[in-house]
Amino acid sequence: MRALLALLRKELYHIRRDRRTLAVLVLMPIVQVILFGFAISTDVKNVRIAIVDPAPDSETQALRHRFASTGGTFQVTAVVPRTSHLESLFQRGTAQAAVVFEPGFATRLGQGLPAPLLVIVDATEPNTGSAIQNYVLAVVSAYERERGASSPLRIVPAVQMRFNPTRESKHLFVPGLMAFVLTIISALMTAISLTREKETGTIEALLVSPLHPWQIVVGKVVPYLGVGFVSVIAVVVEARLIFDVPVRGSVWLLLAEGLLFILVSLSIGILISARTSSQRVAMMAALVGTMLPTMLLSGFMFPLDSMPRPLQLVAQVVPARWFVEIARSIMLKGVGLEFLWQETLVLAAMALVLLTMSARSFHARLE
Amino acid sequence: MSVDLAIQATDLTRSFGTFTAVDRITFDVRVGEVFGFLGANGAGKTTAIRMLTGLLAPTGGVATVAGHDVATGAEAIKNSIGYMSQRFSLYEDLTVIENIRLYGGIYNLSSGEIRARADAMLARLGLAHAATTQVRSIPLGWRQKLAFSVALLHAPRIVFLDEPTSGVDPITRRQFWELIYETAAAGTTVLVTTHYMDEAEYCGRVSIMVDGRIGAMGTPAELKDEFDVHSIDEVFVRLARPGGYAPAPPGAQA
Repeated sequence: MRALLALLRKELYHIRRDRRTLAVLVLMPIVQVILFGFAISTDVKNVRIAIVDPAPDSETQALRHRFASTGGTFQVTAVVPRTSHLESLFQRGTAQAAVVFEPGFATRLGQGLPAPLLVIVDATEPNTGSAIQNYVLAVVSAYERERGASSPLRIVPAVQMRFNPTRESKHLFVPGLMAFVLTIISALMTAISLTREKETGTIEALLVSPLHPWQIVVGKVVPYLGVGFVSVIAVVVEARLIFDVPVRGSVWLLLAEGLLFILVSLSIGILISARTSSQRVAMMAALVGTMLPTMLLSGFMFPLDSMPRPLQLVAQVVPARWFVEIARSIMLKGVGLEFLWQETLVLAAMALVLLTMSARSFHARLE
Repeated sequence: MSVDLAIQATDLTRSFGTFTAVDRITFDVRVGEVFGFLGANGAGKTTAIRMLTGLLAPTGGVATVAGHDVATGAEAIKNSIGYMSQRFSLYEDLTVIENIRLYGGIYNLSSGEIRARADAMLARLGLAHAATTQVRSIPLGWRQKLAFSVALLHAPRIVFLDEPTSGVDPITRRQFWELIYETAAAGTTVLVTTHYMDEAEYCGRVSIMVDGRIGAMGTPAELKDEFDVHSIDEVFVRLARPGGYAPAPPGAQA
């Protein structure tokens, strides 16, 4: 016990002395959540709209003017004569939506004939897509109502959604995001800290000492559990204050589950560092080993339900897949441990297995 | 096993795949002796030490350290030995006293013991004023002496020093050897590796390793007589030069 305390104290010194790394570790999740959160945000603002106007006339110009003066909702980024220009505008992201007029727009309206109008919307993110669609149609119908006060106008909009919708709604992102940043940062912390000792050679002094491998592992994990927990709290507060994601269930349960998830991720880092010999390799392994699976297979970005069966099976071993489930359930559905005990057990089992494997790796070194 | 022997190795071997780093070495070290392990870089000195300290399992042969078999008694050995690795074993971002407390704690010394031993150690090294200085800002020579003293903190029966003087200036090397003598005089067995042949003269007995085997073993005087040369350096050159005169290694006659 005294040996363990000495180790814990020593690790705390390491953390405290290396202020820069500590700052990065604490600030990175906060910054990442903001960056990603806004990148993924589905707020309909500054929608980049392109106008295809083959034969400008009074009506098309009036309607164009409407889009240009919506007070920030729309931003007309291009006015082109032909639809063939649209493809690259959409691909480059210069346009999120396009309004396509046909020649003779004003003439048809003047004659009381229906004037067709094509609205094309980028629906890569379906929520954003449908929001944009509604906004565009609102602008059109407002114009129609206003101008049609004397004689009715008949603009007939047709909507076309571009790109395939795959994603779920916005609130689902933030819990996933939490899992994403927490797992990377945690795995990185322990992966680096143990390989650093291998590089400097101090690990040998620990290995020839009477310390048990599990003591070395626990001595490495526990202090970083503290650092990681600060990140958990920061990220939960951030989700609430900045992204207005509610926490409908127990905050304490959420924090406890966060702590458990951090433990699993730290254990991944420890295992990586027990099996690698340089900080560089460990860092890459931790990044790749946590980032990709968490991004792709946790249900954070892509719904697991729509994945092929084999991929769904692989996803079962990704810790974030369970934490995303837990975090979403607590935050959005407000459920308690009675519905989440299975997921919780899976995470606990993962931590146990990973820590045992790490301690074993130390033994293996001596074989 | 004789109680007078601190270390006893018989045909100790370590292979890595097809490469044999240590090839059937046989030697023993008496209690309180300063035993030198000499050899070029890559001759197998560090591998041999790593086997004796329990960092690496032998692939052949047997060895006992402090009366315990390295294959079965690794845990018991750990409490009896001190080790100063070739690479630096103190934490540079910890202060002198924090390093001492860490290793004291690891070896289960009470805080009272740690304090008493730390005070004595720092006084002996003349480092009392630097107790709260981070190790990274202490000159290399002092660090090595400190690392040596920390390896002795738990009063081990045997201490292994792997290239303790490499990269250190001659004056500090001399002082370091004085520390080694003091330690041996107090009854601690010292096994030290070096590639400075002049340091062999400081050892009670030396073994010179060449390509994983013990090329020669004995007191410095015996070796010089045997090879009819004036310095251990010349003995080493004779051994290392292919086709040079090499008598049957005394340890290899098992």
